[in-house]
Formats: sequence, structure tokens, C-alpha cells
Amino acid sequence: MVHLIRKGRSGGKILGTAALGAALLFAAAPAAAEPSEADLHAALQALDTKKFKQKAQAIEHLGTLGGPRVLEVLEALSKGRLHVRKDGRIVIAERSGKQYTVQDAASGRPEPEAGKKELKKIKVNNRLRRLIRGVTGRLALFSDDPGRRLEAADNLSKNPSPEALPLFRQARDRETDDAVRAKLEVGIAVLELEADDPALRLAAATTLAGISNPDIRSLLKRRLAADAEPNPEIREALHRAVESIDRKLWLFGIAENLLFGISLGSVLLLAAIGLAITFGVMGVINMAHGEMIMLGAYSTFMVQEIFRSVVPPELFGFYLLAALPVAFLMSAAMGVLIERGVIRFLYGRPLETLLATWGISLILQQLVRSLFGANNREVANPEWISGAVEIAGGVTVTLNRLCIILFCLAVVAALAAFIRYSRFGLNMRAVTQNRSMASSMGIRTGQVDALTFALGSGIAGVAGMALSQISNVSPNLGQNFIVDSFMVVVFGGVGSLWGTIVGAFSLGIVNKFLEPVSGAILGKIVVLVFIILFIQMRPRGLFALKGRAAGD
Amino acid sequence: MGPLSSRLFALESRRGWTVFMGLAAMLMLVVPVLNLAVPPDSWLHVPTFWVTTLGKFLCFAMLALALDLIWGYAGILSLGHGAFFGLGGYAMGMYLMRQIGERGVYGHPELPDFMVFLDWKELPWYWFGFDHFAFAVLMAMLVPGALAFVFGWLAFRSRITGVYFSIISQAMVFAMMLAFFRNEMGFGGNNGLTDFKDLLGFDLSASTTKVGLYLASALMLGLMYLLCRYVVTSKLGRVLIAVRDAESRVRFLGYSVTRAKLFVFTLSAMLAGIAGALYVPQVGIINPGEFTPAKSIEIAIWVAVGGRGTLFGAAAGAVAVNGAKSLLTGIAPEIWLFFLGALFILVTLLMPRGLVGVVRQWRERRAIAKTSRSDSHVSA
Amino acid sequence: MSLPDPAPDFPEAHHIAPETLLYLDGVSVSFDGFRALNSLSLIIDRGEMRAIIGPNGAGKTTMMDVVTGRTRPDHGEVLFADRIDLTALNETEIANLGIGRKFQKPTVFENLTVFENLSLALKADRRILFTLFARISAEQTGRIEQALETIRLTAQRDRAAGDLSHGQKQWLEIGMLLIQEPDLMLLDEPVAGMTDAETEQTVELLHEISSTHSLVVVEHDMNFVRDLDCRVTVLDEGQVIAEGPMDAIQSDPRVIEVYLGR
Repeated sequence: MVHLIRKGRSGGKILGTAALGAALLFAAAPAAAEPSEADLHAALQALDTKKFKQKAQAIEHLGTLGGPRVLEVLEALSKGRLHVRKDGRIVIAERSGKQYTVQDAASGRPEPEAGKKELKKIKVNNRLRRLIRGVTGRLALFSDDPGRRLEAADNLSKNPSPEALPLFRQARDRETDDAVRAKLEVGIAVLELEADDPALRLAAATTLAGISNPDIRSLLKRRLAADAEPNPEIREALHRAVESIDRKLWLFGIAENLLFGISLGSVLLLAAIGLAITFGVMGVINMAHGEMIMLGAYSTFMVQEIFRSVVPPELFGFYLLAALPVAFLMSAAMGVLIERGVIRFLYGRPLETLLATWGISLILQQLVRSLFGANNREVANPEWISGAVEIAGGVTVTLNRLCIILFCLAVVAALAAFIRYSRFGLNMRAVTQNRSMASSMGIRTGQVDALTFALGSGIAGVAGMALSQISNVSPNLGQNFIVDSFMVVVFGGVGSLWGTIVGAFSLGIVNKFLEPVSGAILGKIVVLVFIILFIQMRPRGLFALKGRAAGD
Repeated sequence: MGPLSSRLFALESRRGWTVFMGLAAMLMLVVPVLNLAVPPDSWLHVPTFWVTTLGKFLCFAMLALALDLIWGYAGILSLGHGAFFGLGGYAMGMYLMRQIGERGVYGHPELPDFMVFLDWKELPWYWFGFDHFAFAVLMAMLVPGALAFVFGWLAFRSRITGVYFSIISQAMVFAMMLAFFRNEMGFGGNNGLTDFKDLLGFDLSASTTKVGLYLASALMLGLMYLLCRYVVTSKLGRVLIAVRDAESRVRFLGYSVTRAKLFVFTLSAMLAGIAGALYVPQVGIINPGEFTPAKSIEIAIWVAVGGRGTLFGAAAGAVAVNGAKSLLTGIAPEIWLFFLGALFILVTLLMPRGLVGVVRQWRERRAIAKTSRSDSHVSA
Repeated sequence: MSLPDPAPDFPEAHHIAPETLLYLDGVSVSFDGFRALNSLSLIIDRGEMRAIIGPNGAGKTTMMDVVTGRTRPDHGEVLFADRIDLTALNETEIANLGIGRKFQKPTVFENLTVFENLSLALKADRRILFTLFARISAEQTGRIEQALETIRLTAQRDRAAGDLSHGQKQWLEIGMLLIQEPDLMLLDEPVAGMTDAETEQTVELLHEISSTHSLVVVEHDMNFVRDLDCRVTVLDEGQVIAEGPMDAIQSDPRVIEVYLGR
């Protein structure tokens, strides 16, 4: 009962607001004004017939009445919940246990429960369901939720029926939301392409020229191919429209590739930026760099698990903020351990460093595999970075990807500022440029080495945190990035932060532009081969340091 | 003695030849006899499975020799040698595939099973000729050689050295792996080439064939060792060591560093290809897994453990590390990676000259101790 | 100073006299905006010994880099012997033309013996495939022994070069240069780190060599340069600022300014 009452109340509320909204916004629109209960009642009774043809007429009639109540009734009808009660009234009934909860269809008022025998279901077939879908779709055009209206306009303009034209115009004239109106205009233009009035047809062609939709393009092409347009001037306009759409689609394709390329580039950059420090600045080949990323990802996973069990669920979404320092510190600490424990004994022997750090990477991988298992661990996206955003012309990008782009830029900016303006950054640059001079000026080079390595590793950890949001967290996570990160750094120019940035984004974008042509894997191969060839021409990368100091 | 045989003889010291011949007799006479002639229930009997495993290790030893030739002597650390090994293996695999003929699952007289499965109508052009053993063997050397020549020419000409070379050679093998995973490449994609039946008419599952393949591996390893020994003791060998120690100085002496490296890199790749070709019939499969970068790096640790810059050390290191791998993965698989990782770290930190270096040092120390003892005798 | 400049459309290399061995004209090299050589011109005659001095960063080593093909100049002509354009050749080709070089920091092959070091430098067919089959002839061994004698390292014949003292390494490198039999030798600070006695011996040796070879010696040590007793060129900021016998150089006001003025 409680449930029932609540439902009734909320129904009444909807009615109230809808009526108010209609009064305010659609005062001049008879179709959207709430029909009187009596009208509705009468129209509903027409559904109580065995003949589908008559039912169809009744549905069409309901459609002309309009209003949210009609929407609800039609929905109930298509789901088989609309019944005729023994007393002949039309009701919406829903099974609850053995009994049915019932409300009056016309008013939405709750009624006493009914048994199965008291009710007679109004049957619908698929044809009627289709019809209902069309009618409700049109009705949704007048919903007071702009989102709903947009959806309706979108659906209708995809497959408009000529009868809906007046309705479309009506809806357009009262539409306040620009996005919805634009959609409606498209639907109208598609229909008006076949209008008798040449002026309307011409206007429609012009409107459609501004749309970047492949379906519209093929519609125009079909019309041209079928020679359905008698007027040469309009035919010309149609041709132009097709061309214009082509151009836009091409541009959008490029924009989309660029966006995805930047997204991939920022992932590459995040993975490589720590390497740009350890390899680029210190000249240390750290093959365990990928594992620093992996540690960051697992730190994020652990923070998430702690939040899940300790922190109230409302705050769960903030686990990423807590994971940021944890991931950084975990990887940085591991970095210090590696530098002090192994690498510092191997300065000046880069090939040995390469092999020793490879050994470290094997151990770390196996360690994580033993502790957490070999399977993927799931790290959830907090709500505030879930979902997708549409960027003009149907180019959508998931929010987590967008966040990674921004996050990546923030990391790079912070790092560049840190190196440039902090005391430690100055020491770091001093040591890398002239170790013995820096040492004689009282800089403790060993400490600087350890901290520089920690910085590079810590940033890898932060990258791992970010990557956990878009890819699986597994012990092999780092391995997937190691070749790519080295390629980015070498391609951009070792020792140049700027080069790493440009390198990452250009490789990301090139990859995404190649993918549609050659497929993902072949694209990757092509990029690798390209880098290998590029290195031959410019062995020191895009942004090479020149001069005697850089030689041999 | 003719000049050739005298030069051959000069390749090793008297003791070196003794050890070489002793090992050769051990591998080529004792092992086969213990397998074939000793009854299976005797405790002296060596099971065929062991013989094949040893044969596999000998192929790894060849691969280690190939890497040592460029890393130990010329200072070029290739992290992509698995590519050449794999290509040699694929060349042999293609021959073995063609030998299957109508005995495949689909019974197609011409096309291997995976091509029938992919609905291919005819053999791709690059599969032609691989029904001839000699052609396949030639290709097992020439294809890796050609790849190494092109890759090396590009790299050495632009003076890509040290870790840069290592990194791009790793990228090369990575690209190869991606390529061979693709079905469209026509090399069986993910599954690679397998289900081999026979080689030159010998049934691959027969234990005599297995022992024969093992013997071929041992013989080839011996020949390869002598060839490498010839190269490193020649004047070219000294040029290579000079390149390793002071590359730019060599240029000012009038030697083309690019060509020296290119020669030895190409030779090394061809040796790796032969190793791969001998490996595949013994393990019965070749797939893109051979191209994973991790496998290529592992070769370096075989060489480092044994002692780079010494051919014997490289070969011994390959057998030792792979022996340990078989042993450890048999006991507890998860331990192996810890062990391998520790090996990488400890060998580079503590024994840069490898096992051979440790033995030498120990021997020198003993010699010094001996002389000082005899000195003290004299003074006393 | 008021002499008219040579015609601006200076016909390429036509003015080179037959006795000229090395000819540099208008050579400029810059690294990242720093001009290491600034329109440098220099002529070395056949059989000449020339000392080149100048403060740090004057461009002495860069000049040698340009001649030996290690650095490509941005502008200028570098010609050798019969007007061979050195800027178009690489280090190996230039070495095979007959230009030998000793580096500032002695670079010998530490893991090879003294004998092996010399045998690598020996004038011979240096094509790689040839070296695979090459054997040292008795005559060549003789020449190596002779060079060992000259550089006083006969006793160290079979020792690893890495075990030699600093001075001995310098000598070994000079020996390698000798046995290379170049037409032109470039020596970058040959007596750096040598004892006085060793320096004296080096002077003697260089005089001996100069009777059969052309030599360019870059040096800091003024006394050593005086002992060489040859024409001196002073470089500063990538340019020649004075040239002539040592006495004249030492009284040149510009040289004094460069050496003492800052």
C-alpha cells in the first residue's frame, strides 16, 4: 500500500509540474496542453476493442491529445499493462504477488487492488507497438525535460515519417533549446526535401549542407542518384550539400583522429616522462621503468581497496586523490632503493645498467605476481571521471581519457616548473652538466643522483595511477609500455623534456591516423619501423643537443 | 702441414685443443652411446628426452656464441637476436610444414593446415622453394643475414652505438613479434608452425632421428666455435676489440668501423639463424613467442654468466643457465623468475667477467700463492 | 694591413701553390650559437713542422676535428695534397689518404698488447674482409720492432697497453702514428702529462720525424713550442691572430693581450 501511495503521489506531482510547464511554455500549443480528464477518458475507451485497426486509430487519436499522461498510458499499453476493468474503465495494472496494483489510466489515481479475473488485458501486436513508439516519440518532443526532447528529436530526425512534419514544425516553433531545435530542423529539412514548394526544397538542401552526418549524406546521394529532384538549381544545391557534408565529415574524421591521437600521446607521455628524467637527464637505462608504472597502478589498487573497506561510500570517489601521493612515494622509494642498491655501482657502464635493471624488473614482476596473483585487478573509475563527453559533430570522448590528457599536461607542467625553479632542480641540472664541478661546489652528487632517480620513478608511479584508470592492472602492465616509452624518449631526443612531449604526441597522433588505414597492429609496426629509420637520419632525436659536449 | 691446417691448429693453445676434443668426444660419442647402446633399465642409460633437451641447450649455446661475437668482442649489445634465431627457425619450420603434405588435418596436398583454415587458395610466393631442404637451410642463414645487414647498415652508418643500438634492436624484435602474430603474414599467426612429421624423410618422433639432430647440433656448435675463434684471433678480431674499446680512434687509423661492425653483425645473425634452424625440429614448434623482447634479453645473461669476450664462456653460460632453468621450473616455476632476475643483477654487479673470469682469478691467485710460497721457501 | 684584399671571386683553389699540403680557407664551425671556428684560414706546406698555440677554446682541437673529418664545417674549404676536398670524406677515408692524428687524451687500445696496437696502426690494406685473412709478414714485424725501438717500448712489447704509464701511452700513440706512415701528422698536446725528461725526448723524436713528415703540433706548453723551433700560428676565438717564428710571436701585442690581457 505504501508503495502504491507513493507512486500515486509522484504521479500527481508530475501532472502538476507538467501542467504548470505547459501553461508557462506552451501556452499557445493545443497539442501539448494537458487534455482534460474527460477527453482522455473518452479517447481511452476507444482502445477497448478487438480490432487492431480501431486500436490503431485510438492510439493516433491519443497522440493528438498529447501530454505526459498519454505518454504513460501508451507506454503501459506497449508493455501489456493496460487493462479493462470489470466496470469497463481503462486502468493500468501491475502484478504484485497474486494481486494486481491498479491505477486509473486517465487520472493516474490509485484504485483498490484487483484479482486477475477482474482485469482484461488490452492486447497489442508488433505493428501497434511500432505505432506506439512513433507516437510516444513524437510526444516526447513536448516533454519538459530538454534531454528527453533531444533524444526524441534525434530519434525522429533519423527516420522521419511525412505525417510527422506538422508536428515537427510545431515543436520547432516552440523549442527553446538550441540543440533540440537544430535536430528538429534537420528532421524537417529531410522531410521538406520532398516538399512540393521548390523554395522549401532549396531551403532544406541548404540546411542539410550544414550537417555532418553520413546518413544524411547517403540520403542526399540516393535522392540525386534516383533523379528525384526535377529542379536543376536545387539539384545543384544538393550536390553542394553533399560536398559540404563530405568536407565536414573529413574534418571531423581528422578532429577525431587528432583527439584520439592526443589521448594516446598523453598516455605515452605519462609513461615516458619519468624515463625522460632517468634516461634523458641521468643517462641511466632503467629497464625496470615499466615496473615503476606498475607499482603506481598497484598502489592505486591498494588505496582503492582500503577506501572500499574503511571510508564511507560517499567519499569513495576521492580515493584517487589519496592514491596520487601514495603511488608517487611507493615508486619513488623503490627508485631510491634501486639507485642506491644497484645503479650507482654501474655508472659509466650503461649496458650493464640495462641488464641489471632488467633483472630488477623481472623480480618486481614476479613479486607482484606472487603477492597479488597473475590476474588483472580492477581499478574502478570514480564517478566524477566516468561517462563520456560529446565534442561537436558526434565526436565523443570518454571522460577518463579526457582527464588523462589534462592530468598529463598538469604533471608535465609541474615537473618542468620543479626542475626550473626549485633548488633541487638547479642542483640536478648542475650535476648532470658537470658532475665534478658541481661536486666541488659542495653539491652532494650521490644524494642528487638518488633523488633524481626517485623523481623519475615517482612520476612513473603517478603515471601508473593514471593508467590504472584506462587499462587493466596486471603484473605485465609495465612491460606493455617499456618499448613504447623508450621509443618516445629516443625519438624526441634524449635529454630534452620538450622533445619527449613533442615525441609522445606526434607518435600518438601518427599512430591514430595510421590505424584506420592499416589496422592497429600494422600501424604500430609501421610506427616502430618509422622510428628505427628516423633514428638513422637523426641519431639524437628530434630535439638534439648539439655541440662538442653532446658528441661521443 | 698445409697453411690451412696449421692455421686451424693455431686457433687454440695445446690445452685449449685438449679441452675442445675432450668435450667433443663427450658430447658426440659418450652421450649417444649411453642413449642408444645402453639398455633403458641400466642406470647409465641417458633417456632420449635428455638428449633432446641437451640438443636444445646446444642450440642456445650457438646463439650465445653469436651474441658474444658481437657483444663480447665488438661491444654491440643486440637485444634483438631472438629475431634472427626465430627467422632461422621459421625457415626450417616452413620446410617441415611443407613436408607434412597430405598428412595434415585438412589433407591439402599443398597448403599447410592454417592456410586452409584461413581459406587461402594458394601458397604465398614467399613459401615457394621451402619444400627443398637445401633451400630452407640457405634461407635460414640468408634471411637473418639480410635483415641484419640492412638493419646494421642503417644503424652503424649513422653511428648508433651503445644503449641506443640496444634499444632500437629491441624495438626491431618487438615489431617482428607483432608482425608474426598477424595471421595475414602467412606464418601461422599466434600458433606458429607445428605438427611436423619428418625431416629429409626421417620420422621426427623416432629417437634415432632425435639423436641425429642432437649430433648435428653438437657438430654445428663445434664448427661454429672454430669459426668464431678464427674471426676473433684474426686481425679483424683485434680491430673489433679496438672498436669495442675506442671506436672513434679506430676510424682515425683508417679502418671502416661501419663495415667491421656490419660484417660481424651479419655473420652473427647468420649463426643465430642456423641455431634456430636446428632448434625447431628438436622442439617441434616455432611461434612468435621466440620474438618476445624478454627472450632476446635472456641471451645476454647466458653470455654474461659464462663470461663475455670468451667464446667458451658464452657457450658454457648458455648451457648452465638453461640447465638451471629446467631444474628450477621443474621444482617451483615462480622461483625461476626471481632467480633469473637475481642472476642479472648479481652477475653485472659482482662478476663482470662471468664464470670464466672467476675461474681465471682463482687460478691466478693460486699461482701467485704458489710462487710466493716457493719464494718464502727460497728465502728461508 | 692596407693591402687590397684578394679578388672576392677568388677562383676555387687555384692559388694553391704546389708545395701546399693542407689548405684551409674561411672555415667556420659553430655549436649551438658558439663559434668554435670563425673563418679560419691556414696553409701547411709539405715537409713543414708547424706549432699551433692559443688559449682554451681558441678552436685548436676543432680545427683538427675539421681536418680529420670528425666535424663538418658550416662554411669554408679544406683541401689536402692534390686538392682533395676533405669536407666530403669521413674519418676513415681521410686516414687512408695519409693524415694521422694523435689525440689530446691518449687513446690506445687498452685490452690489446703494445705490439697489437702497433700492428693495427701499421700501414696495410685496411679493408675489413682483407683483415679477416691478413697475416703479419716478417717484414711488417720488423717494422713494428723498429717502431718499438724508436718509442722505447721494446720491453713492453707484449704487455697490455692499459698497463702502461701515462707517458708511455703518449709514446705508444706517437708510435702508432709513425707506423701509419702518414703524409701529415696532427698531434694534439703530445707532451701533456709528461715528465721534463720525457718532454725533451719527445722534442728530439719530433725533430727526427719532421725530417720525413709534415707535422702540425697543438700545444699549451710554451717552452716546448720554443724547443720545437718552427713556425707558430696563434689562434684565438676561432681565428688566426698571428703567424711567424716564435720570437716574433712573443712580441706581438695581440698575442700578449690574448695570453695576458684577461
